[in-house]
Amino acid sequence: MKELMLGNKAVARGLYEAGCQFISSYPGTPSTEVTEEAAKYPEIYCEWAPNEKVAMEAAFGASLAGKRSFCGMKHVGLNVAADPLYTMSYTGVNAGMVIVVADDPGMHSSQNEQDSRHHAMAAKVPMLEPADSSEAIEFAKLAYELSESFDTPVIIKMCTRVAHSQSVVERGERAVFEKSYEKNIAKYVMMPGNAKKRHPIVEERTRKLAEWAETCTINRVEDGRDRTIGIITSSTSYQYVKEIAGDLYPVLKLGMVWPLPEKKIIDFAASVEKLYVVEELDGFIEAHVRSLGLGCIGKELFSNIDEFSQSIIAEKLGYEPKNTLSLKEAIPPRPPVMCSGCPHRGLFYTLKKNKVTVLGDIGCYTLGAVAPLSAMEMTLCMGASVSALHGFNKALGESAEGNTVAVIGDSTFMHSGMTGLANIAYNQTNSTVIILDNSITGMTGHQQNPTTGFNLRGDPAGKIDLESLCRAMGIKRVRVVDPYDLKACDEAVKEELAAKEPSVIISRRPCALLKNVKHNPPVKVDPEKCRSCKSCMRIGCPSISIKNGKAVIDETLCVGCDVCTQLCGFGAITRPGRE
Amino acid sequence: METKNIMIVGVGGQGSLLASKLLGHLFLSMGCDVKVSEVHGMSQRGGSVVTYVRYGEKVYSPVIDKGEADMIVSFELLEAARWLSYLKTDGVVITNTQKIDPMPVITGAAEYPEELVKKMSDAGAKVDALDCVSLAAEAGSVKAVNIVLLGRLSKYFDIPEEKWLASIEAIVPPKFLDMNKKAFELGRKV
Repeated sequence: MKELMLGNKAVARGLYEAGCQFISSYPGTPSTEVTEEAAKYPEIYCEWAPNEKVAMEAAFGASLAGKRSFCGMKHVGLNVAADPLYTMSYTGVNAGMVIVVADDPGMHSSQNEQDSRHHAMAAKVPMLEPADSSEAIEFAKLAYELSESFDTPVIIKMCTRVAHSQSVVERGERAVFEKSYEKNIAKYVMMPGNAKKRHPIVEERTRKLAEWAETCTINRVEDGRDRTIGIITSSTSYQYVKEIAGDLYPVLKLGMVWPLPEKKIIDFAASVEKLYVVEELDGFIEAHVRSLGLGCIGKELFSNIDEFSQSIIAEKLGYEPKNTLSLKEAIPPRPPVMCSGCPHRGLFYTLKKNKVTVLGDIGCYTLGAVAPLSAMEMTLCMGASVSALHGFNKALGESAEGNTVAVIGDSTFMHSGMTGLANIAYNQTNSTVIILDNSITGMTGHQQNPTTGFNLRGDPAGKIDLESLCRAMGIKRVRVVDPYDLKACDEAVKEELAAKEPSVIISRRPCALLKNVKHNPPVKVDPEKCRSCKSCMRIGCPSISIKNGKAVIDETLCVGCDVCTQLCGFGAITRPGRE
Repeated sequence: METKNIMIVGVGGQGSLLASKLLGHLFLSMGCDVKVSEVHGMSQRGGSVVTYVRYGEKVYSPVIDKGEADMIVSFELLEAARWLSYLKTDGVVITNTQKIDPMPVITGAAEYPEELVKKMSDAGAKVDALDCVSLAAEAGSVKAVNIVLLGRLSKYFDIPEEKWLASIEAIVPPKFLDMNKKAFELGRKV
């Protein structure tokens, strides 16, 4: 039966049908749904690991034990997991192991636009790249076969438009797969003597995979009527090319982007007058084509910045642009904002009010950098707030220590903030780290983490106590504050910044979007008392606006967090039914 | 059959997911190739969101580009205006007249433009504007705005009403079925 399926869900379906039994991942847009959807199959053990490195190593352990395993992550997550990946390339696998990495061209929800294909080449690991959901199922199953027959982990590269698009698929049956663990020190203990023997095997494997790439059906030539142009492409770029040119030009559609089929490329180039390479982000295929001594048109025409669309391809291939309608009026932007009742808001307001320099991290709270709060001055990568705070404070000494903080979410802290805190405790700066504990991984859509007390399926699980953890790491000053209480926040920030030793403030309040969070009734403005001072507007709450000079609360949005009532100096904002 | 393009636009959290799911089901049940594309993550936090629905004999690209949409279905007035350049010159905008201020308007850095329906019409668009919130409330829940919009959308297609209702039955939880059917009728008939 045909059905529509999200690309990520299709990967999960492919894992299921391939007999995958173990999944360990860390959430990250646009990869998260692969693991969430796989968790709906009771036959597959699924977990959220604290970070991508741990996830990949756990999946490796399961492969070693004889179970087909998987781990999924976004593009930047693969940087975190690069360490195990580059050596797993040497050990190979026991049962098949598949990795999904999801790139985000256009940066819909990411801090950079890196191209993961470089990792496949550098780690000497094969990479498949599906162009729709049907291929996502097919490639996931194929990846396990490749993994076992070539003794290597296999990467499936997704991108936002394949991961988050639904297209038509048909389901298949689940395969049964059994393998046992066998001790093999020479293969699995990567000390120099053994690794030296494995490296030639890796090189030979890549050569054999390149041979396989020449004959496999996922690297296919689709013929065209007009041979003046031939196009090498893959993934979503293939869809844009076909959308525009249909079967006009011959296309070499690559389903495996590493290693590349050199002979196929040479033959294809010889069959057309002019060769184009259409690929998002870096000129990865193009560089390889050029290394074969072939001329081609690639990045000089098709940008290495941002994602493509059919109109970009059309314009570059010389098609007339579509007629469009346009308004003269400027349309104000609608950037993402912290939600009504977001527990991060009160804390950021406090930091702004105290003119504190804030080094930030990755999560919803990165929106603290947006006006009107504008209370964040650095965001780099997962965990960097804590480590960079230490460096910043060491560099500037007391003048910075009394006025600079790191803010990091609970999940991000477990991911890679802890090691930064270890450095603060060990190499001693009087740094103040604020953990924004909203009891969930928010940005990626509410995943559990080691501090929430629940596992991926929502069942009770081990729970790491943040206060005890920080104390055990050597931080003596650890305090908890409710970010809805502005006075308490203000005191905590002032006192901990003044302290002459490292400190941690845990700003604790569950995400306002969590289903089990009970909200208060909305607050109301008394227009008689409102003096139009706009104090309540300083927190950037989407529930508050000014109409006819007076503050107005949108009752459909307000969850009664009471942060604005604390800001009003005239008692104009109150909650009905409360003194 | 030429590929048809429908864009569903709105503000993060307004619930456009159900509308696209329903359309996907409908077109698939008619034997079409279908692609539905949406963006998850940060933009969902109250930002401007868009879903692309494309159907036809063979659909390649999952996205809709400027000048390509046959229909734009908008949950919010400003969002209809924001995506207007994506409409075909002979396309139709169906929009809820509800206004939700974006942060730059809330902070006073920008103003919510006046008379957007008229301005879109003046720009050459066929605009079908309706107060979906009231109609949804009449049906029994303000959350049924999406189904009211779909009811309206259904008028522009040569697809039997039973097919639409069958897709509603397939997608909507049984306990909300009657309410959603009413919302669909209100949108279709108003």
